Amino acid sequence: MTTAQDVLDALAGVRDPELDEPLTDLGFVAEVQVGEGRVDVRLRLPTYFCAPNFAWLMVHDARSAVLALDGVQEAVVKLDDHCASAEINSGVSRSAGFEQTFPGETTGELDELREKFARKAFVARQARVCDVLLRAGQTPDEVVLLRLSDLEPGPDQARCVSLRAELGIDASPGAQAFVAPDGRALDAAGLKRWLRIARLVRLSVEGNAGLCRALLKTRYRIGDPQEVAA
Amino acid sequence: MYEKDGERYFIVDGHIHFWDASPANQANKYGRGFINCFYDYQQNLSPPEYKWPLEKFEKYSEEDLIHDIFEVGYADVAIFQPTYLTDFYTKGFNTTEQNAAVAEKYPGRFILNGSFDPRDGEAGLEPFEALVERYQLKGVKLYTAEWKGKSRGWRLDSPEAYLYLDKCRELGVRNVHLHKGPTIWPLNRDAFDVSDVDDAATDFPELNFIVEHLGLPRLEDFCWIGTQEPNVYGGFSVAMAFLYTRPRYFAQIIGELCYWLDEDRLLFGSDYAIWQPKWLVERFVDFQIPDDMLGEYAPLTPDVKRKILGLNAARLYDLEVPEELNAGAATTAGPAIGSEPVSPA
Repeated sequence: MTTAQDVLDALAGVRDPELDEPLTDLGFVAEVQVGEGRVDVRLRLPTYFCAPNFAWLMVHDARSAVLALDGVQEAVVKLDDHCASAEINSGVSRSAGFEQTFPGETTGELDELREKFARKAFVARQARVCDVLLRAGQTPDEVVLLRLSDLEPGPDQARCVSLRAELGIDASPGAQAFVAPDGRALDAAGLKRWLRIARLVRLSVEGNAGLCRALLKTRYRIGDPQEVAA
Repeated sequence: MYEKDGERYFIVDGHIHFWDASPANQANKYGRGFINCFYDYQQNLSPPEYKWPLEKFEKYSEEDLIHDIFEVGYADVAIFQPTYLTDFYTKGFNTTEQNAAVAEKYPGRFILNGSFDPRDGEAGLEPFEALVERYQLKGVKLYTAEWKGKSRGWRLDSPEAYLYLDKCRELGVRNVHLHKGPTIWPLNRDAFDVSDVDDAATDFPELNFIVEHLGLPRLEDFCWIGTQEPNVYGGFSVAMAFLYTRPRYFAQIIGELCYWLDEDRLLFGSDYAIWQPKWLVERFVDFQIPDDMLGEYAPLTPDVKRKILGLNAARLYDLEVPEELNAGAATTAGPAIGSEPVSPA
């Protein structure tokens, strides 16, 4: 029998594509109800006008993750209090694509958008790991020679490896540890240039996540979002 | 004018509103949702003494505006950035005409900006020209996410938008302020994407493109454009408010901006009534890059702050600045100093 915890664990595997964090950590999961073969989930976002395309992706991905659980025949995921709640909830529940959800308002599905932000996330994740090494005294010339197997195991390193696999970038132990967003190798000069931008991307992604957490708290008058979601 | 520690600052609040979002003016649930969203920004990012009750936030008085901007807010001049939103508010959220009614009572204190919507097509050009002539406009505020009927936005690099930018060039409307997102056409694109500004800035070198809110949440894309287009500027509204809740984040933002764009292309704005200029100006003047970040970012000198708080905007709008307050002004915007072109993420 599926439990609410099973559902939350599944939802922990769904990320906000823009903020690169699990929905559960962000406090976006408002409620989980488990019935006989059926799971109901309510999601909530920091503002009424959060971008409809990312909102659609989160509702869609949440539903897919819950449906993949053993014994779940029906998963109903509803987005609360959003300017496009009605369209998104109806579209996702009938397994419609993004184009069918918003007919006439889009020129395609969201694969490109998703990939664009996954690559940004990859840049930001690598920047976190790289900055730790540089702060510890390693030089760009040394860092550029590192292989994935040289990185100390840890959550940030693991996040880099898993996203490489998703993006089709070589994730084997012998692969270069820091690469361009498209997986190309970097030389020392390229690494320095990449790092300047990578830090900016990281600042942007992490800064946005901070603001979204804060706005969610204000909007729903809640304490620590992480406690509310669980 | 603001003075602290023997330094004096000419203040141009580059982004203010005088809106009516009261329930009586809300056309639908979107009008309610829109003002609630603004309200959460104020509640979350303001010091406690600057938070208002919702009722006041929905509709404040002309006395509040004058008091908060000029009497206690230090502004010498403030720029009205109209936001029509006529699909959400029956009489509009704050239109050029409504702003003008206030501005004409206080000569020399306000700059009026206009607006256009490329979805009005050629038929909209004549009314736009009439608006510009009537109020002698030097700037427009555009909101690419504005809804109109079934449309949820438009792009600045579309042929229809270019018709209007051509008209701006012809009429001497030099300053184009832009607010990006959160919706766009087509909806499958990143709604905050600023690449359309990049193309327009290249094609209209005579115009200045001021990206409001520094392109947030796409700071990285905005900085990228800023390095390449000398006529792209950043408006500090929203980002300035991080001074209170997240000063280290603010330090990183301004440090990056000074690196990628330089301090000649950054404009202070409160986004009043979301935030009040008084505390933003006071805290910004007191602010310094934390010691542990000084290896990475340059310190903020009074000259840098003077430019951001007023002198840069004064240059764009031909404002007369008293000689004693004009220290450190740049005569023209400097070149971008960011690194050589490589693709951003």
